This record gives sequence, structure tokens and C-alpha cells, in this order.
Amino acid sequence: MTTYIRHAGVFCALLLLALLVNATRVQVFEASTYDANPANRRATIARYAQPRGDILVGGRSVTGTRDSGEQLRHERTYADGPLYAPVTGFASQVYGTTLLEHTEDGILSGSDPMLAPLPLWNDVTRARSPSGNVVTTLDRAAQEAAYRGLAGRKGAVAAVEPSTGRVLALVSTPSYDPAELSGNGDAVTSAWARLNRDPRKPMLNRAVRQTYPPGSTFKVVTAAAALDAGVVTDLDERTDSPDPYTLPGTRTWLTNESEDCADASVRVAFAWSCNTVFAKLGVDVGAEDMVSTAQAFGFNDTGLKIPFSVAQSTFDTTVDRAQLALSSIGQYNTRATPLQMAMVAAAVANGGQVREPYLVERTTRKGGETVEGAGTHDVRQAMRPTTAARLRELMTDVVREGTGTNAAIPGATVGGKTGTAQHGVDNSGTPYAWFVSWAQADDDLEPKVAVAVVVEDASADRGDISGGGDAAPIAKSVMEAVLGLRDADQRRGAGGRPAHRR
Amino acid sequence: MTKAGTTVSATDRLPPVARLPRRRGIELALIVLAVLLSLYGYCHVGLARTGSVPPGAVGYGAGLGVLALLAHLAVRIRAPYAEPLLLPIGVLLNGLGLVLIYRLDLETPGDRAAPAQLVWSTLGVGLFIVVVLLLRDHRVLQRYAYVSVVTALGLLTLPILFPAVNGARIWIRIAGFSIQPGEFAKVLLAVFFAAYLAANRGALAYAGRRVWFVQLPTGRVLGPIVAIWLISVGVLVLERDLGTSLLFFGLFVVLLYVATGRTGWIAVGLLLAVLGAVAVGWLEPHVHSRVEDWMDPFATIRAGQGPNQLAQSLFAFAAGGMLGSGLGLGHSILIGFAAKSDFILATAGEELGLAGLSAIFLLYGLLVERGYRAGLALRDPFGQLLAVGLASIVALQVFVIAGGVTGLIPLTGMAMPFLAQGGSSVVTNWAITALLIRLSDSARRQGAPYGQPEQRRAYGTARVAP
Repeated sequence: MTTYIRHAGVFCALLLLALLVNATRVQVFEASTYDANPANRRATIARYAQPRGDILVGGRSVTGTRDSGEQLRHERTYADGPLYAPVTGFASQVYGTTLLEHTEDGILSGSDPMLAPLPLWNDVTRARSPSGNVVTTLDRAAQEAAYRGLAGRKGAVAAVEPSTGRVLALVSTPSYDPAELSGNGDAVTSAWARLNRDPRKPMLNRAVRQTYPPGSTFKVVTAAAALDAGVVTDLDERTDSPDPYTLPGTRTWLTNESEDCADASVRVAFAWSCNTVFAKLGVDVGAEDMVSTAQAFGFNDTGLKIPFSVAQSTFDTTVDRAQLALSSIGQYNTRATPLQMAMVAAAVANGGQVREPYLVERTTRKGGETVEGAGTHDVRQAMRPTTAARLRELMTDVVREGTGTNAAIPGATVGGKTGTAQHGVDNSGTPYAWFVSWAQADDDLEPKVAVAVVVEDASADRGDISGGGDAAPIAKSVMEAVLGLRDADQRRGAGGRPAHRR
Repeated sequence: MTKAGTTVSATDRLPPVARLPRRRGIELALIVLAVLLSLYGYCHVGLARTGSVPPGAVGYGAGLGVLALLAHLAVRIRAPYAEPLLLPIGVLLNGLGLVLIYRLDLETPGDRAAPAQLVWSTLGVGLFIVVVLLLRDHRVLQRYAYVSVVTALGLLTLPILFPAVNGARIWIRIAGFSIQPGEFAKVLLAVFFAAYLAANRGALAYAGRRVWFVQLPTGRVLGPIVAIWLISVGVLVLERDLGTSLLFFGLFVVLLYVATGRTGWIAVGLLLAVLGAVAVGWLEPHVHSRVEDWMDPFATIRAGQGPNQLAQSLFAFAAGGMLGSGLGLGHSILIGFAAKSDFILATAGEELGLAGLSAIFLLYGLLVERGYRAGLALRDPFGQLLAVGLASIVALQVFVIAGGVTGLIPLTGMAMPFLAQGGSSVVTNWAITALLIRLSDSARRQGAPYGQPEQRRAYGTARVAP
């Protein structure tokens, strides 16, 4: 009988072995699959079990957390929700995360392996590190100036540091308070519905996720292409450009808003924004060179991430000559995000080099020690340095005596370009007012800021719209904020002198 | 250690040749360790949840300690040669079960189960002490074979008179307490099977009719036992308690094999098991859905109905990983209403990890192994079969429920011995431990070294050539 008892014992041992093997299967080999199952609430619970890390602007946190005491304990709060919404995005327990909250979620929620004390430590202990913080490149004063300047009108501002690509301001109005979406109650659901229904689209990030026809501000690119290609050698030489200009191969006339554009020199045409001159310049340069210059500036780039993705700015690559003429003055299929136009201005300010913009200076642990720096970012030569120098000249002229005088800052060199972009069916929509510019304080070695402003619904009659009137003052206040200059007798609100159109 | 001489017969008693070490000191040390471990777990829950030692810690530690010490004293007095591991394992598993239930009570403030479980544990240890003190010789139980089988069948049929709970009709309610009589029936049936098989071993081994290639014993011998088994299983199918039915079946096959040594039995048993399982699986929707869940635990998730209990259980085990989340820090409460009973192991798996779960499995393994060891060392067939039967009850029970909640086999409701919420189960398992204590005491008192070869000659099946 003992033999059989032994056999039965072996059988029981096999049962035990089966249990152990199966437990290992479930707890070790299948664990990650089970953990990742969307129906498994643990990841969600763990995610909100600890306070979320903060997003810092200028050394101060613009976010916080609130302990709700519910199963999903910590909810996101925002110190200045609407102001920073285009940067932070929201972190909702119901609707997920967007923008920085999304791309930096690993750091902010503590799940990033970089936060672990030792490699693979968290994988072994299945623990979560204390959440880290994200330090942004934003300039608090610039951000506030831009937001104040837009004053609730539909529009956007993007500002970058030309020599590095650091994003200094990213504003989109009308904005929303991401805190409304943080939790998981009925209030969140109704806020979500309300924000999505709102015809003014407060949740649209106009600075990076919306493209506009850049209008005359695109003439910076066209001028760069013409100078680089050698189509224009002397800025003061009269060009052979009729006014009005008949688009090649069509009977459509292109006209100007300004006088004295017929056969105007590039300097004059740039200062007074002559459509005819630049349309013809684009055609003379040819599609191939126009496309390659535009792309060097960043147009048609689908992969730009700052770290969240930026909508693609477009310059149509398959155009006939008439379409090329329109494309060259920022119409037809040419579209740009405000950030893209800030990059154009920055390239001029930075000797023709386009620095890839970025928003995250570094990520840190809770205690402040750096986890990851800004990393390396691409540099592209969009035009020859000599071309950039001549364009700086052209752009300073615009601010000194052209359409952009509203952006002039005492104690600094400012270069800019106005734009008024027609859009809509038969150009029936309210034109967009554009202004792109850069500024260098007199005691700085290089330009410190490049900015692009677009105002969609400059709440005025069509006749009064102009980049110089609506957008330039906003650009000016942003540049002043970055340079630390304040115009003593600056009058807030509308610009000083009546601006020239385009 | 002198060896027994030539062959000995079952009724021979050897005088104790050498005084064996009693090892009660080891038992005491292990009990202290078990109580301290449980107390540590209890404090850990409080510290993890509120940052302070829970107020009942002293009471809990003292209560468990006193109970364990009383049990130890009983063993010291009446079963001095007993295995020193059995009692500490029982104490540790019971203490850990209390900790886990207390921990789950924190998630369900309106429904606290730990106090009742503590009362039942006290009763269980009380029963343990009574059995150890009063049952001086396990062979007395042989006389009660038929009494116990009648009682067992009575207990099994009792719940049919009461309303079903969660699809199973296995509880009776008396004075606010719900009791699962099927739990007690397990021990009584083990006693009956052991006694009956020990008495009819020879007859069973005789060749009866030969069916196909299996030698069947004569119907006269086999009839009663099959009848008993069929009745018990039939009752269980009526009560929808598949786990217990599976357990009885396994117990029956194991004991039959150990008594007769016929591998044919195992084949027939497995065949019957498969047939029965398929039939029940098809006919019984309750069971059918369990099988479907086992085949694909996440089907309900894909169907958009959310995770079922098994999926939640698997999530809990997976969340534990190697080292677990730590006591009090898991989310096994997501499993729902059965988290404290059938799925208690998921909490252990999540909060103690694979390390803790393996430790628990190995504790059960040790318990079973010691039971088998006593079975090997005993000289009387009844004792051998009873030890093997009781150890197998624990082994099968652990396998059925642990395999069920970890997705190894289809889920059948059953209480994890000592760990799970369920008064009847705790009391029954303490009774099993008491019987194993008595059996191991007898085994070592007989002074036979374990598993000597001559025993095999002595107790080999008396096969008679046809």
C-alpha cells in the first residue's frame, strides 16, 4: 500500500506544481498583458493615486493637484487655466490628456522608467516613482502680454527665441479652463459637451493646430527665395512688375492696396507690401526653388513636434504659374500655423538658420534634479546668411517707415512684416490680420525674440483690418516683455497712428 | 534505530524501541513565529492604510496567540509525538486569512466579516482541542463508519430545504449563522471511505468481471460504495456545488487507488470524470458559463459587459507580480462580492505577489506532505487510508479553488482551507488538522521509521493470481 500512497503523493505534488507554474504564468509572464487590459482599472487607480507632477513656467508651477478622496484620488488643478491651456492641454480622468499633459505624461504621472532609482527597478517592484516635473521654455511675461493683447478676440500668438528655438509664448484665444475637465463627475461631462459645442471653439489650439493663409507675411519667404536664387540682386533696383499684374495664363488681374507698386524695387515693395511685385517674383523664381525654400523654412513638414505635434503648414508643390503667383503672396493653398510664421521671422533674425522649436527645457524629479535635458534639436539653413542680413534690413524698414510702425520699440531694433489674409468663399470672410516680427535690444548681441500674431476676428469693419493695426501692437508688447523693455508712453489698446493697409 | 524483524502483520504492535524526539519545542517556536507573522501582517495593513498600527492589534495578536498556545498545550498533553509542523501551518494560514479578511473589510465598511471569522476560528481551534484531547486512538473512528456516512448524507441533503444563495444551495441558516454542512460531510465521508476500503481491501482486489481490460471487483463489494458516491454527487449537482462534487470524486478515486493499487480505477475514474463534466457542462447553464469563462476569461470585456469575476481575479494576480503590492495596497476588492470567500487567494496574490502566493501554496504542500508521511508510517490500513484521505481533501480543495481563481481549471466555488471567509470551512479544516495530529502522533509513537522497505512487503496488496 505504501507504494500507492507514494503514487498518490506524487499526484498531489504534481497538482501543487501545476498551481505554482500557472501562478507564475499569470503573475509574471501574462502580467503585462493583463495589466494593460483596458478593462483593468488598476492602472487608472494607480495613475491618480499620487499627486501629478507639475508644469513649470518661469520657475513657478502653473498646475497643481487636488485630493478628491475618491477612488481616483488626485485631480488636476490649474493656476492660470485659460492662459496656459494651449501649452498644458488638459489632464482629464474621463477624456484623457492632451498637449504637454499628454506628451510628458510619463514624467508627470511617475510611470516614466527614467524616474526609477535604478534601471528596471519599477518593473521588478511594480512600483511607481514619485511624479516628476516639466520645466517649460515659456516666458511668463511674454505669455501674459500676448494673452492680454488678444483680449479675447479669436487669434493666436507664437513667440520663439531665434538662436535656440525655445518657445517663449504660445497663446490661443478664446481659451478654456482645463480644470473644468479634470475630474470625472457630471460637471466634467457637461463642461466637455459645452466646450465642444461652443461655436468659438475655445479648445482649438490656434497657435499650433490651426493653419491660416499667411497672406503678405509670406513675402518674407518669397523674398528669401528670390535673393537666394539670384532673381533679385539689388534691393533698390526697380523690378519689372506691372500694376495690376495679370496672373500668367489667365485673365485675372492682381491688384495692390498701396500706391507706387508698379515696377517698385524690392525694398519699397516689401515696405508697402506690393502683391504684384511678389507674385511676379515667385513666378520668376520658379516652383522648384520656391518649394525648396518654403520647405527649408518648415513648410510641408508633417513631423514637427514641440513635443506635441504641430499642424502641417503647407506650400503647394504642384502648381501652375498662376497658382504659384498666388502661393507666393501667401494665398491659394499656402497655409501656416502662427508657430511656423514665428519660425520664419526667427530664421531671418538668426542668420538664416531655422532652429526647431521646443517647449520643454528639462524634466526633473520631484526634488528638482534633472531627469532629461532639452536634448538636441534640428537646425536647418533656410537661406544664405547674406540673404538673412538683407531681409533683416527689409523687415526693419517695415517697422521704421512701412506698414508696421506700431511695433516699433524704443531702445531696440525691430523687424516685422504685416499681413492681411483674405479667405472664405470669394474672400467674403473677415480677413485675418497678421504680424510677424523679431526684436533685438540695443545692448543685446543677437535678436532675442521672434513672434507671429494672427487675429481672426479683429472686431472692426473690413476696411479697418490690417496686420499693422490689430496684430502689431500685440507683437510689440510680447517683444517688450521678452526684452524687458517698457515703452514709457505706450498706450494700451489700439495702435498709435492709423496704419497703412498692407 | 533497530529495524523491525521480518515481515509483520497489520495488527502487530512493536514496542517503542528508541525514544523518539518529541519536538514540541520546535512546534512552539514555529507557533510563535506564525502568530508574529500574522500580527505583522495585521499591523502592516493598518500602517499601509492609515499610517498607524490598527487599534485591535494587541487584541488580535493576543487572541490568536492564546488560541494557538491552548492548541499547542492540548497537543503537548495528548499527542506528544505529533508532527510539529501541522499546528503552526494551521495557525499561520488561519491568522493570514484573518488578516486578509480584515484587510478586505476596510473596503466594505458596511459589511465586516473578520469578527465572525474570528469567532469561527475560535470554535475551530476549540474543536481541534476537543478532538486531540478526546480521541485517544484514531482506530475508534472505524466503528463509526456507517454512522458517519448516514450523517454525511443527511448533512448534504439538508440545504435543499433552504433557499439558494448565488446560484448554489449549500447553506443552512440557523440563528443568524449560515452553515455549509457540505464542509463537515467531507471529513465524515473520508472516515467512511477509509474504514470501508480498509475492511474490504482484499475483496476489492479480487477479480470480478473483466470489462474491456479493466478488472472489476464483484458487485457486492463495489455496489455500496458507488451508490454512496453517486448519491452524494447527485445531491451536489442538485445543489449546484460543483467544487465539492469534484472534491468527493477525486477523494474517492485516490482512496480506491491507494487501497487496491489498480491503475484501472484511475482510468475509469478519469473517464467518468470527463463524462460527468461534459454532461454537467452541457446541461447546467450555471456550469456552462463557468466553462466558457475559463476558455476565454475576457470574452465579456470584448462584448462590452465589463470584466467578469475571473477576469478581475486574473487582473489582481497580474497586478501582484513577483513581490506584490504590499498588504493593504492592492485593489482586489474590484473582484466584487466573493472577494473574501472564493477569491481570497486573489488578494493574497495581488498583495503578497508570486512570492507570497508560492509560500502559501508550499504551506499547503507541507500540510499535505506531512499527512501523507503519517500515512506512510502508520501500520493499520484504516489509519493509512484516513491520513491519505484527509491530506488529499486539503490537496484537492486547494487545487480546485486555486486552479479556478488563477484560470487553470474552470472556476468552481469552494473555500480556500483556513484562508477564506466561511465558518464551516475553518471549523472543518481544524478538525482535519486535529485528526492529522492524532494520526501522525500514532505513526511516530509506533516508532516505525518512515517508508521502510519491509513495510512494502508487509503491506503490499495481497494480489491473488487468477
